[in-house]
Formats: sequence, structure tokens, C-alpha cells
Amino acid sequence: MNHATKTLYGLGAEFSSAAGLLEAAKKIYAHGFKKWDVYSPFPIHGMDHAMGFKRSRVSLFSLIGGFTGLTTGFVLIYYTSALNYPLIVQGKPYFALEPSLPIFFELTILLTAFGTVLGLLLLTLLPRLHHPVFNWDRFQRATDDGFFLVLEVTDPKFDPTASRQLLQGMGGTHITEIYQDPEEDPHPVRAEGIA
Amino acid sequence: MRSSDSSAQAAFVKAADYLERRPLVSNHRPLSWITQHVCQIVEERAPKWWWILTITFGAMAALVPAMLTYLVSTGVGVWGLNVPVCWAWDITNFVFWIGIGHAGTLISAILFLTRQKWRTSINRSAEAMTIFAVICAGIFPAFHVGRVWMAWFLAPVPNANAIWQNFRSPLLWDVFAVSTYFTVSLIFWYLGLIPDLASLRDRATTRLRQMAYGLLALGWRGSNRHWTHYEKTYLILAGISTPLVLSVHSVVSFDFATSIVPGWHTTIFPPYFVAGAIFGGFAMVLTLLIPFREIYKLHDLVTDKHIDNMCKIILLTGSLVGYAYSMEFFIAWYSGNPFEIYAFTNRAFGPYWWAYWAMITCNVAAPQLFWFKYCRQNPWVVLAIVMFPNTGMWFERFVIIVTSIHRDFLPSSWGYFSPTWVDITLFIGTIGLFNFLFLLFVRFLPIINMFEVKGITPQADPHAEDHSTSLNHSSHSDPSLGTRVHA
Repeated sequence: MNHATKTLYGLGAEFSSAAGLLEAAKKIYAHGFKKWDVYSPFPIHGMDHAMGFKRSRVSLFSLIGGFTGLTTGFVLIYYTSALNYPLIVQGKPYFALEPSLPIFFELTILLTAFGTVLGLLLLTLLPRLHHPVFNWDRFQRATDDGFFLVLEVTDPKFDPTASRQLLQGMGGTHITEIYQDPEEDPHPVRAEGIA
Repeated sequence: MRSSDSSAQAAFVKAADYLERRPLVSNHRPLSWITQHVCQIVEERAPKWWWILTITFGAMAALVPAMLTYLVSTGVGVWGLNVPVCWAWDITNFVFWIGIGHAGTLISAILFLTRQKWRTSINRSAEAMTIFAVICAGIFPAFHVGRVWMAWFLAPVPNANAIWQNFRSPLLWDVFAVSTYFTVSLIFWYLGLIPDLASLRDRATTRLRQMAYGLLALGWRGSNRHWTHYEKTYLILAGISTPLVLSVHSVVSFDFATSIVPGWHTTIFPPYFVAGAIFGGFAMVLTLLIPFREIYKLHDLVTDKHIDNMCKIILLTGSLVGYAYSMEFFIAWYSGNPFEIYAFTNRAFGPYWWAYWAMITCNVAAPQLFWFKYCRQNPWVVLAIVMFPNTGMWFERFVIIVTSIHRDFLPSSWGYFSPTWVDITLFIGTIGLFNFLFLLFVRFLPIINMFEVKGITPQADPHAEDHSTSLNHSSHSDPSLGTRVHA
């Protein structure tokens, strides 16, 4: 295949174990790389710390969802039972906290779940059905038993020769150049986030 | 001095070996073995037994639309309901199915929060079971409303007279609880499936499979920038599912407990219903898992230890249920209320005595066999024993519902409920539907949560080597023990 016409996306390396990948990630982080990622069939314990991540912000979306649910429950019950069409049923008050609690609770849970999943999709930018890493033929083992590390060319620290040597020095094997699809631009949202 | 040190050290090592937990994946299987072994169930040609079972259960499931069509076109009277027994098989079946679902959520949420790693190889199938059970459950109350074309009255929109729903009614709480439960369970299940769907996508050889699994996997690529958010999402969903699952059967029990009917008006109902649901649900998990474990040779993933643990939960919850049964009698006597006392005497010695004692035999007596290790270790004995809770939990709901209302305050209105052929056929239909959906699940989705099982294998622990150096005599992974040996 003629690579000259394609844009380089990054440099990928394979590691033999979760422990090896974790060690490599620590070193890459120490080198100050910003645009890179590791790929593994399961979440590796300690990897978030090794890559310098802060706490995931998914919980913020859950909180917003939960408050929305609780408010929805309150507005729904109060508006319909006490304002829009008050109706005496079994002599009970139009609105009271006790019988409303189950519905408050259920709607809070429901919208927390929606908020959480929405947060996950926004933070991971999924669904995204294609990605340059899928162009690497070995990469399908990332969902089986492969451990991969990919440095992106857009990272200011990236250098074709030095980065390759760096990956080799850490025990990376099958070091491969990964290319963008010809028509594909860098992802707009992620490109902005880095600049 | 020196020799006593070394003998103490030997004793510690011996204790460490003894205390070392049995691995959750037997025979030190490599990661690729897990992927291969689980995915090939979906990838190989459908075996002949699968076609036979699926067609049989599919035909049984067809009874559901057939009976519902007959019910709607003729009238709800084709069920054996009449005053005073206006809730009978339909609501019994509803509570039975919804209860079965609870074990799935318990395994996926509560055992996740309590860090019970053994859950990983059974949670997928248990969650699938939850979803299919809730589908079966939902059919009954929807059609029990009578004029099913007015079921939209349950939705929070004003009805034809511009009147809104009665939010003070526990029946409406139930609508919210069950629909939330179904939605959240489905989201949780699908979320857990995404990385495994990506495994299937990457192994797919046909265009159709690549497209189907590719779309469902949302382009998952195992990136750690995704895993970090994914794990958080999973934790939060487990956190909210835990009170949710406890609330659902509590709200179901409010349908009864908030009434003034003797036998229903009981404050013990919410915890008693939840314990019963977990009890019945684990029995159903074992009923489904043991045969598939044999057929697909999953012994290294669903080990004897898993079955043993589930049997112990059945023993615990079965005993809790037995305690609740006896406490109901005690409170009836202690209340001094003649109606209450009569309701319970009638339950055990009245015309439905056979249902009551079937319930006691199945739910209280049979699970006590799990005190014996032999009974927990032999899968076929386990399978035989769990058939009792499966049956008994249906009887429990029947006993609670029918015996409480068939003799109410006025003896002139007493009656005896018998099911019609429509009642029976519809219930058989839902059993068919449940199994049919489960067989489709086994065929098209990975029945074991591969990524979570991989995550609990020894090779997944990147710190494994640190531990083994601290205690070089044994592979025990408790560093505190290691320091003590050397000190």
C-alpha cells in the first residue's frame, strides 16, 4: 500500500502484559506526552493514575440528571394534583410528601441513569464507529488479549525516530505507523481540546 | 531462637496456603482462551438442541398473544376472576416474574458494590434473566386493567376527562417503579455488553455480523481514556440500582400492604418481599446456568465455588422468608384482631391449605438441604433442589393474594377461586416466552461477561509481581501477611 498519500495518525506499540503496559504508560506520562492512549481488553488497575487522569466527571452528569428527576417528580405531582385539577380522593390532601416519595425516588433514579449514560457518551465521544487505530491489523486483539500504546503525531513531543526508540526501549513490540483514512481530518472536538 | 522463627514462618506459609482463595477462573486459563471459549458459543453453527428448544418454547410463547387476543376480544371475564377474588393468577404471575428479576440486579449491582468478584461470570446471564422476567411480568397488570386500550391512563398525561393520574395510589407507584426498573436494568445490561460486543465485532467474519455487532458496540476500542469514564458510569449505575432493586419489590408489596385487607395489611411486607424475590431469583439463575454450564463446558468460568455461593444465598434468603412466614402468624395472634387471626388460620387450614403447605415445603423446608456441603457441591442435586423455590415462590404469591381475599369481612360474599384454562395457558405462555428470549440471548450475545472475567484473572493484576516478592514462599497476594512473615 502506498503510504505517501496518507496522513500519519500515530505510532503504535504492543506490550505483552498489563504490567508491561502500565510501566510504559508511567514512562510516557513522565516524558510529558499529551496526545496518547493505551488500549486493553479490560480496565487496568492503576492505569488512570499512571496516565495522570483526574476523577472522571461522569458523576456530575449523574447529579444533574438526579436533580432533574427529582424536580420533574415534584412538578408533575404538585401541578397535576394540587394546581391543574385538584380532586379529592378518599379525603386525602391534594399534595403530601409521603405518597409522593416513591415517585420522587423512581424519577430521580431514572433520570440519574439517563444523565450518567449521556455523560459517558459525551465524555468518550462515542458512538464513533471508525477510528484510525482500527487501521492497524494487530489492533483487533485489543478486545481479546492485546495491550497497546499509541502516540499521536500531533503531540508536540512526537518525533518519528526518537518516539520509536522510546517505545522500543520500554519493551514495545510490533511498532507500527498508523495512518488516517485518506479523507479523514483529525477529530474536531478532540483537536480543539488539546490546543 | 532461629529454629522457632523458621517454624513460625512455616506455619504462616501453611496458613497462607490454606487461606488462599480458590481462583475464580480455574486451570489458569489465558485471556485469549476466555474470549475464544465464550465467543464461539455465538459464532458456531446453532446446534440441533438449540433449534428444538427454541422452536418448542417459541410455540409456547405464541400462546401469549393468542390468549391475550382471546381475552381482549371476549372480555376479562375469561380469567377466573370474580368478586370477591378480583386479583388471582394474573397478579400472582406478575409478582412471581418481577421477583425473579431481582436476583439479576442483586448480582450486578449489590455484589458489585460489595466487591464480590465471583459475580463477574454470572452477572451477564442473570441480568438478561432480569430483563426477560420483567417483560413477562409487565404483560399481566397491563391486561388486568380490563380495557387494555385505556392502559395509557397510567401514563402521566390527562385522560379523556382531563383528569390526571392519582399519584396517591400505590398502583401508580408500581407503574413508575416497574418501568424505571426495566429501563435502568436494560441500560445497565447494555452498558456491560459494550466491550464484549466489541470483542464479537473484532472476531466477526461475515459482513452482517460486523455490521450488527459493530453498530451495537458503538465503536468501542478499549481505550483507557474511555475505561476511566466507563468504570465510573458502571459504579454509579450499580449505586443507583441497589436502592432501586430494593424499592421495586417494596413498592410491589405496597400494592397489598397499604390496603386494609387482613393478610395484606402488614408492615413486614417490603423486606419480606425483597428477601423472597432474591430467593426465587437465585433459584432461577441456577436453573438456567447449570444446564448451560454443562452444555458449553463453562466449568472453568462458572466454578463449583460460584454454585456453592449461590446455594448459600438461597439458604439465607429462604430462612429469612421462613422467619417472615412465622412472624406473620405471631403478629396476627399478638394483634388480638379476630379478622387478622382468622385470615391466617384460614390461610394454613382453610380451603387453600394445600397451597400454603406447598409453599412451606418448597420455600422453608427444601432449601435447608443446602446446609449440607454435598447438596451444594453436586450441580444436579442443586438443580433438583432449586426447582422447589421456583415452584414455592409462585405458591407464596398465590397464597398471599388469593387466601387473603377469598373470605373477606362478610361471610355472605365468600368464594373460592379456580383458574380457567385461559389463566393456565397464559402463564404457560409466559414460561415459554421467558425461555425463548433466553435461548435467543444465548445464541446472539456473550453469556459470560468476558472483560470483567479477564479483569479478575491473576494476569490482569499489574501489581502481581510486587506481592509475590514480599512473600516469596507462596503466591498469596496479601502484602500484610508477607511483612509479618519476614518480621
